[in-house]
Formats: sequence, structure tokens, C-alpha cells
Amino acid sequence: MSSTAAGLVQVGVLLVALAVVHRPFGDYMARVYTSAGHSRVERAVYRVARVDPESGQRWGTYARGVIAFSFVGVVLLYVLQRIQSVLPFDFDRGAVPPGVAFNTAISFVTNTNWQSYVPESVMGHTVQMVGLTVQNFVSGAVGMAVAVALVRGFVRHRTDRLGNFWVDLVRGTIRILLPVAFLFAVVLVATGVVMSLKSGVTVDGRQVATAPVASQEAIKELGTNGGGVLNANSAHPFENPNGWSNLIEVFLILVIPVSLTRTFGTLVGDRRQGYVLLGVMGTLWSLVLAVIWVAEAHGLRPSEGKETRFGVPSSALFANSTTGTSTGAVNSMHDSYTGLGGGGAMLNMLFGEMTPGGVGTGLYSILVMAVIAMFLAGLMVGRTPEYLGKKLGRREVTAAAVSILAMPTVLLVGAGTAALLPSTKGALNNPGEHGLSEILYAYASASNNNGSAFAGITVTSDWFQASLGVCMALGRFIPIIAVLCLAGSLAAQKKVPETAGTLPTTGPLFATLLGGSIVLVAALTFVPALALGPIAEALL
Amino acid sequence: MDNFGRQAVAGLRVLLALTVLTGILYPAAVWGVSRLPGLHANAEAVDTTSIGIDREGDQWFRTRPSAATLPASGGSNKGERNAEYDAVVAERRTAVAQREAVAEDRVPEDAVTASASGLDPHISTAYAELQVPRVARARGLGEDRVRALVAGHTDGRAAGVLGEPGVNVTALNRALG
Repeated sequence: MSSTAAGLVQVGVLLVALAVVHRPFGDYMARVYTSAGHSRVERAVYRVARVDPESGQRWGTYARGVIAFSFVGVVLLYVLQRIQSVLPFDFDRGAVPPGVAFNTAISFVTNTNWQSYVPESVMGHTVQMVGLTVQNFVSGAVGMAVAVALVRGFVRHRTDRLGNFWVDLVRGTIRILLPVAFLFAVVLVATGVVMSLKSGVTVDGRQVATAPVASQEAIKELGTNGGGVLNANSAHPFENPNGWSNLIEVFLILVIPVSLTRTFGTLVGDRRQGYVLLGVMGTLWSLVLAVIWVAEAHGLRPSEGKETRFGVPSSALFANSTTGTSTGAVNSMHDSYTGLGGGGAMLNMLFGEMTPGGVGTGLYSILVMAVIAMFLAGLMVGRTPEYLGKKLGRREVTAAAVSILAMPTVLLVGAGTAALLPSTKGALNNPGEHGLSEILYAYASASNNNGSAFAGITVTSDWFQASLGVCMALGRFIPIIAVLCLAGSLAAQKKVPETAGTLPTTGPLFATLLGGSIVLVAALTFVPALALGPIAEALL
Repeated sequence: MDNFGRQAVAGLRVLLALTVLTGILYPAAVWGVSRLPGLHANAEAVDTTSIGIDREGDQWFRTRPSAATLPASGGSNKGERNAEYDAVVAERRTAVAQREAVAEDRVPEDAVTASASGLDPHISTAYAELQVPRVARARGLGEDRVRALVAGHTDGRAAGVLGEPGVNVTALNRALG
């Protein structure tokens, strides 16, 4: 079978698997966030934490919970790295330097998992498990909690309560992420992914680092985190040894973001509302996949930065899925991609991570974009826009606009400043347009909490550690606060009845409007920057 | 701020509780299960034939070029329009052509490009075939015998469609001894 045919069959297998799983899994997640009971383990957690799981929170309290939890997470992860020399399984890798520890703490708490360190020589197994793995779980659960709070804003009427952040966080972790991650960690072990507490093994006379990979690999993909247990990430044979493990990892990356559209449809009582979002996500995902795949197949050096066992099709599939979901794991080095192929990966991030986006973040991002799309439609017909029975007034549209504009602002300010700094030139690994793409990709990745990189760029200077850290934090928390504010004002409204003038949000008209808005916002914001980087390189 | 402080304390407690579950019990459970007999190739749950390390000498099949500086794995991260790197690739091509005593245009692309991990255990069947005469000569074996070993260590696509085929150099070299 030709490489292209096999690759297309693989995509088909992936889509069938997602189609089969998203219904029961999406409905299961809907039950997780609506059920009244608490499991014994959950009760124990609430008791230890002294939180009342029955109390509903206003949007401000919910948001403060998110920020406080993330703040504590950053501090704890920073401290854990700084005291690594006294922890077991550190293999004399010593205390992580302050700049790296700061950047890494923000990176993993914001679900970015950008890595400015080489795991094999910097991170011991204790920090990997007790620090990084934990944030792989809880940062994902935070994203899902915020998405669910926004959905409650649409579903609830005349209330100021959005649910309880601690309950949503704990349930997302214990009922969704933990069991699925455990199951697939074991499956990955069976495919040959390494699970070792030793520092390394000797292969043909050379020492190759090992780690407890499988446990972190599963949640790294499932929680759309993406931080490599080893430096080469999912290109490393210990993280992703063959075609089976590769397909499973791509499936894990996509399964929650895809299934959450079903959860959304179930929660709002009209599953078509979820499927129209999935249709838009899937269309853009497919289009960019085609771009990356074709561009890479026709590159000057298609094998550079790719593993033989994956080749072009499986590398393009992984690259498209990891950048479309804010995961950032890689099974090939994007920096060695063609102008168009690397540009496609970048474009996925510049869409604002909603094709289909990260766990929770993808759903709330596309819902915010739906608010913007309905607002634009309202302007065209001169009517107050509505979405899912809620009026989109000044407050709602302002919150949506703040959420949408945060990412481009921090991205362009960060990348622009970096491009002006004389020291940046020495940090680049490639000349010309591709060098600019390395800068642009870094800030796109940080601001969108993706975490993949054009990894040739050296980001160990204080400037990059600090500025990328700030981009990750602002790119994560400004939208979260705006989204929760939006959720609060939606929940406070009464439901407006559908009339003949209501634009239906389940058909092709709405899908076109939504998809068009995603593309248009990205194009208006980023075409000038893209023209100097990937587009220029592709045209050369 | 008082409210934020209280939330932070609650957050710390929740985080510590979830750390026990997801940072200690979860990896320990996965580690425990990974040691069950039959789940993995060997007791250490580490298959070293998945790692490719280049071995110099005419008696060995050579891996792809590696940009990794162990212990760090990784690729070159060089773009396709990089004149400096073009020169590196051209040098590699000349060296491989000389080593295998063939014309430069017969050198396959994977023989001159660095993999993503720097530890790629596989090479293309074309690159393996290119190396057969040299290895056979160095070992005093018949080319057909070596070619049979290459075929025996060629991994097809998983399930016939997943990934790309390749020759596992590490396993092949071990079989040669």
C-alpha cells in the first residue's frame, strides 16, 4: 500500500474511533458535571480541603478559586524544582535554576507545557511525577471546569450561581482524567512505552536516559498538555515506539475536546448545538491537515526532523492534532517543516486553539467565538443578537471581545519586542524568514498555551524565560476571567423565547458564520506577521 | 484579599490531596501494572531495540545521522532553506557515497537527514540495501545471507496501515553479532 493510502486509512480509523467513543464519553462527562452525589474519595478530598461541595459560587468567587488554585500550583511547583537536590530519584541533577523553574512552573500550571529545559539532565523522576504529572491532571481539569461553568451560564436562568469550582475540579480529575489516563497508560506500556524508575539504560555502549514515561505520557496527551518526559517528546522511541502507540496518542489528544462538544449539546438540551461546533472544528482541522501533509510530502528534505517509523503522514497527523488542540507534544520537529507545513501548525494556534482546542479551553474558546459571530450577524440585520436563548448585550460582547483579544495582544507585543532585541538574533537556529518564524511560533505557542516549538530557538535567556512565562499566564487567565464573567451575566438573564427572527444556530448558515469568524479574526490579526515568516518562506 | 487568601488555602489543600492521588498513587499503580509478566518484552519494561545508536565500522549497519547530544535526545531543528545546513547534508552525502562505494545520487534521503529524536532505530529499506554489500564483505558473509537478515528485521506498518516501514538497525546489528 502506498504511504498516502495507508495514511488516509489511518485517518479514517482515527475518525471512526472518535465517532464511536464521543457519544458515550461525552454523555458520561455531562453526567459527571451534573450528578448530585459525591464518591467516597471526593468526600475525603473536600473534608481535607474544608470546602463545602454543596455551595454554589458566583462567577467572581469561581474565578478567584481558579486563580488562587493556579497561583498555589505555581508556587508549589517552583519550590519542588528548587529543592530537587534533596528529593529522591534526582540522580544528582541538582536544583533546577530559578529562571527555568519559574518558566516551567507557569508553563505546566497553564496547561502550556512549554519546555525550556532538557528533561534528561534537568528533571528527576520525583519532580516529573509529583510535580509535573500532577499539573498535567489538574490544569486540564481547570480548563474543563471553566468550560462547564460557561455552559451553565447558558443553561441556567435568573441565578448568580455557576456551580462550585472545587467540585468541578475534583470531579474532572478523579472521574474523567484519572481512570482514562490509567487505562491508557497501561495500554501504552503494552505497546512498548517505557515505565522505568532507573536513570537510564546502556544501549550499544551509550547511556540513554529512561523515566517513568507511560504514566505521564497518557495524561500528557489526554489532558492536551504536551510536555515531553524526554527532550524529543513523542518523537522519542521510549515515549512513542511504533505506529500503534502513535495512533493511540493522537486519539488521546483529540478524544476529550471532541467529546466535549457532545457534552455541551447534552447539557444545553439540543445535541445539534454541539454537532455544529464539532462540524466547524472538524472542517478546519481537516483543511489544515491537508495543507501540512501535502506541504511536507513535497518538501526539500521531508525526512529531516522526522522519525522513519512515522514518515510524513503520521507526522503531519500528529502535528496537526497537537497544534489544533493546545497540546504541544510533537512526534517530529516542527522547526524542520516547510514554510507552508510549519505555517499550518502555527495557523492552528493562531485560530485561538479551537480546532478542536484543548480540554475545556477549546469548548469555551469556540463558544466565545460563537458569541462574536452572533454579534456580527446581529449587526448585519440590526437586531439584538441572541445565542442559546440568551441576549448578547454590551456586557456579554465586551467580555467575549476581551477574551478573544487577549491572546493576539500578548502574542504580538511579545514577538514584536523579541524581534527588536539585538540579543534575539543569537538565539535563532535558522536564518531569514524561518528565523522570524521561530520567534513568532514561540510566542504563538506560549500565548495560546500550546507548548510546541520551532525548537531550534534558544530560550534560556532571562528575557525569553520571563516574557514567555508572562505570555503563558496572561494568555491563560485573561480569557478565563472574561469567560467566567460572560458566564455570570448569561446565567443572570432570563431565557428569551425563540421567535421567527431568531437565527437558528444548528444549520449550515451558522456554521459558515462561525467558521468564517474564526478565520477572519485570525487573518485580520496575523496576516502581516505570517507574511514575513512562513508565507514568505513558502513563496521563496 | 481575605477571600483570595482563604481560597488559596483551600486550593493548597485540594492540590495536596490530588497530588497524593495523581502524583504518587497513579504513577505507582502504573509502574506496578507494568511489571506484570507478559505485559512487556522484559522485566525492566525497557526495549532497547527501540533505540538507535550509530556503531562505526564496516561490519555494522549504520543508523541515520543524529543531531542529539546524549543524554539529551532531539533533532537538528534546521529548516529546509538553510545554506549552512545544506553544506552539512552535502558532506554527509559524499561520505555515505564513498563509504558504500556508490554514486551520490544513489544515497537515499534518510541517510543524510537527522531524525527527530536523534535515536531513530530505523532506516529505509533503500538505505539498508545500500549497505548490504559493505557489511557482507566486512563479515565475509554472502550478500543473500545479509539480505535475508535485513528482511527479517524490517518492521512493516503496524496493522498494515499505521506508520511507515523501516529496517531496525539495532536489532539487525545484534543479530549479526
